[in-house]
Amino acid sequence: MKKIINLTINDQAYEIAVVPNKTLADMLRYDLNLTGTKKGCDTGDCGACTVILNGDAVNSCLILAVQTDGAVIETIEGLATDEGLHPIQEAFVEKGAIQCGFCSPGMIMSTKNLLDKNANPTEEEIREGISGNLCRCTGYQKIFEAIDSQKS
Amino acid sequence: MKEFNTIRTRANRLDSPDKATGEAIYVDDISKPGMLFGALLQSPHAHAKVLSIDTTEAKKLPGVKAVLTSKDVGTIPYGVSPARYDETVFVTDKVRYVGDEIAAVAATSLDIALKAVELIRVEYEILPAVFTVEDAIKEDAPQIHEKYKGNLTAEVHQEFGDVEKGLKESDIIKTTTVKNKRQDGAFLEMQGCIAEFDRRGNLTLTSGTQTPHYVQRTVAMVLGMDIGKVRVKKPYLGAGFGIKAAANPMELACCFLAKETNKPVKMNYTREQVFMFCRARHQFTHTITTGAKKDGTLVALKHECTLDGGAYSSFGIATVYYAGSLLAGPYKLPNMSYEGFRVYNNKPACGAQRGHGAVIARAAFEQQLDMIAEELGIDPMELRIKNMMSRGDTTCNDLNMSSFGMSECIDAVREGSDWDRKKGNMPIGKGIGMACGFFVSGAGFPIYRSDTYHGTVMIKLTEDGGTALVYTASAEIGQGSDTAFAMIAAEALGVPLSAIRLASGDTDMGVDLGAYSSRQTLMTGHATKDAAEHVKSQVLAVLAEKLDTPVEDMDIKNGFIEFKNQTLDFSELRTTYIKEHRGWIDNPDSEKLTFNEASRIAYLEKGTIVGTGKYKPVFLGGKYKGAAVGTSPAYGCSAQVAEVTVDMGTGQVIIDNVTDAHDCGKAINMTSVEGQMEGSVSMGMGEAMHEEVIFDDKGNVLNNDLAEYKLVTAMDMPKVKSIVVESDEPNGPFGAKEVGEGAIMPTIPAILNAVYDAAGVRIYELPLTPERVYTAIQEYKERKGAA
Repeated sequence: MKKIINLTINDQAYEIAVVPNKTLADMLRYDLNLTGTKKGCDTGDCGACTVILNGDAVNSCLILAVQTDGAVIETIEGLATDEGLHPIQEAFVEKGAIQCGFCSPGMIMSTKNLLDKNANPTEEEIREGISGNLCRCTGYQKIFEAIDSQKS
Repeated sequence: MKEFNTIRTRANRLDSPDKATGEAIYVDDISKPGMLFGALLQSPHAHAKVLSIDTTEAKKLPGVKAVLTSKDVGTIPYGVSPARYDETVFVTDKVRYVGDEIAAVAATSLDIALKAVELIRVEYEILPAVFTVEDAIKEDAPQIHEKYKGNLTAEVHQEFGDVEKGLKESDIIKTTTVKNKRQDGAFLEMQGCIAEFDRRGNLTLTSGTQTPHYVQRTVAMVLGMDIGKVRVKKPYLGAGFGIKAAANPMELACCFLAKETNKPVKMNYTREQVFMFCRARHQFTHTITTGAKKDGTLVALKHECTLDGGAYSSFGIATVYYAGSLLAGPYKLPNMSYEGFRVYNNKPACGAQRGHGAVIARAAFEQQLDMIAEELGIDPMELRIKNMMSRGDTTCNDLNMSSFGMSECIDAVREGSDWDRKKGNMPIGKGIGMACGFFVSGAGFPIYRSDTYHGTVMIKLTEDGGTALVYTASAEIGQGSDTAFAMIAAEALGVPLSAIRLASGDTDMGVDLGAYSSRQTLMTGHATKDAAEHVKSQVLAVLAEKLDTPVEDMDIKNGFIEFKNQTLDFSELRTTYIKEHRGWIDNPDSEKLTFNEASRIAYLEKGTIVGTGKYKPVFLGGKYKGAAVGTSPAYGCSAQVAEVTVDMGTGQVIIDNVTDAHDCGKAINMTSVEGQMEGSVSMGMGEAMHEEVIFDDKGNVLNNDLAEYKLVTAMDMPKVKSIVVESDEPNGPFGAKEVGEGAIMPTIPAILNAVYDAAGVRIYELPLTPERVYTAIQEYKERKGAA
């Protein structure tokens, strides 16, 4: 039995009918074609599916779509504008913080969440801010550099 | 010194903006009209006879479009090495590990496909199973493959020089046994694929693979199709590290389901299935005896190794050879013997992972070098420098070091880590350690016996003259190869990077053996350079004719034509070009003739300008059995220093920082080289500190998720100082060679040596859990107390 939910994703209003066992990640990816949000485990361990839900970074594979009725969600697709990449995205490109790129959307969303709340994080706070996002390629070094370059 | 315009810079990667915005397309992001969803039935038992399979109920379920077993698809054997094709898509008589494929279903939704899998009834007769090397080689052990007696996948017996004599002549001899644990690749993107047939019987498999070429061949062989009718395309890939370097059963099942249903079929592994399939680093047990003279000169190495292989061969034959052959360097070693055994058991098959076969051997040997250095009172770095090979040297097993910046790497980490001040002067609980390593820049031979080129590249100039389109079947898997080849093409053609557009990862574009054995930069790089030079020569030949000037008197640089005769009048060509481009916004007014003008003129004269390039290594290596494994046109090398803190009360080890130097030849892209180095350190560190796939006594993986299988997180990763050392490799394109795998070689032994420096204990079994380190510290204290 589908349930109709209303929510805002990247400043756009949606009214969607979803089955109650569908995760937010699956709804974004397969119903709304917002495939920038990645799934690396489906069990909340890797952070590739990170989105910002009502101002907090969450693993969208651990949230049911029906729970997001009335929510405001930011996904990776909402960051770049007509002017170009978001400064965080620009920094990830410039610093070489992206290799296979599969963790990058989630990593960038966690970074945005971190910097939205703390414009001037310490090294320890940066590490903590992305500690839920696994990256197997980069050794995090260039990701730290990218985030560090975005401190105010 | 040669001057370069594009390579050796820190150009932004071509793919990173799309990856940063989520616009880059990976397999699971693709959807096809009418697409079905596939699911696999996999064995719940580690070893059992399959008495019957009943698919009746599954087929009745509404929405199910196909249910396939070995009865439907046949039993053509396949695998990685043709000498050990020991797999079939679906099992016939018995299952050999928890996860062995029995059947596949295609349905209109994944939920229905999974429900149908549950409805397939299989009758098993449980057989005794073995899960360790020790149990598998017992005389009365259950035999896993009829064909391979004694559960041996492969054995190696090699001797170079005279090891017994060498050991007799040695003043100091060390013997140790070192063991690691089975790894998981733990790439972020799980394997997935989409197979579809067109109405003329052509198959396209879109798959998350490192090796489109090998997958194409395997698919064609197993489906009984012409290779020309099979196209394998790799979209962006969430990394592979070796695990995705061969066809997997899901890809084959997916092709069969697409054939059966005439619909596109998508399949994905879950994370649990990634662990179940494995194909990652083996568990190795190395027993190594090293003999040296009093002055530290290495004389002989006696080496035995067993590999815990799992149920199928996968890359195992190559792995067992690599585990031996790559200890012959980077030190001069006149006498070396190797006995290697790769053993089957009822766990998932292991295969290749970053540093294929060589990582644990290196960990064992480099630890011994430190033991010898300590006993002889020689600084570990000095001992290594004393024995180091240099450029032009050949190992006892015929591997030639055509360039070798190893001493430079040692110097770099010595200075970069402040070694001389720190070594021997750190308080108890703090330690510093170092190690070296080297690795191939591409396997010298393809996996199947063939005279094929290892890479072909085609470059087409757009007819307007503005862009060079590079087509390569190579695999961008996250390492940055697309960008490297675009940079090589730009450099060789003499145009800015912005004039290059590149497409890759598609078997329609040519032959490329793919992303494994750290081969692409050197091999595909060569083919790219060759193709660019071919294009360039065609453009210049037309100019030479038009301007009545010898080709030797002109060149292309930064997008402009350079004439020796600077007053050469090319105005007629420019007029032709501008007439052609009337009304366009980019008509040239530069003092120099532009590449656009030249290539447009060339097109008007000759039609579409296409250049082709190719590469295969010359015949490499010796004539003995197994001589092919370990050969390469070039070898990358590296040195690392790790600093650690060991909590003497709990055994907890913290890695404080790592200094890493790698000789990659000429760095095509500096940032990408560092990225490979830092990623290697992180993977090596995970393996040293906590990564271990754990099984229960029935052959089930217990920690089959990314919470319990512990990767290095942002909280764990120490600061890494990466120092790129550039030698000039004569066999590499623009002097380039590998970095992707060689950089992991020193990480584990550098950590082990640092732990010894900190705590006075040698650890011979990985990972370095607090319990293991604590126990070693306690034993050490007891020994010390007793003495």
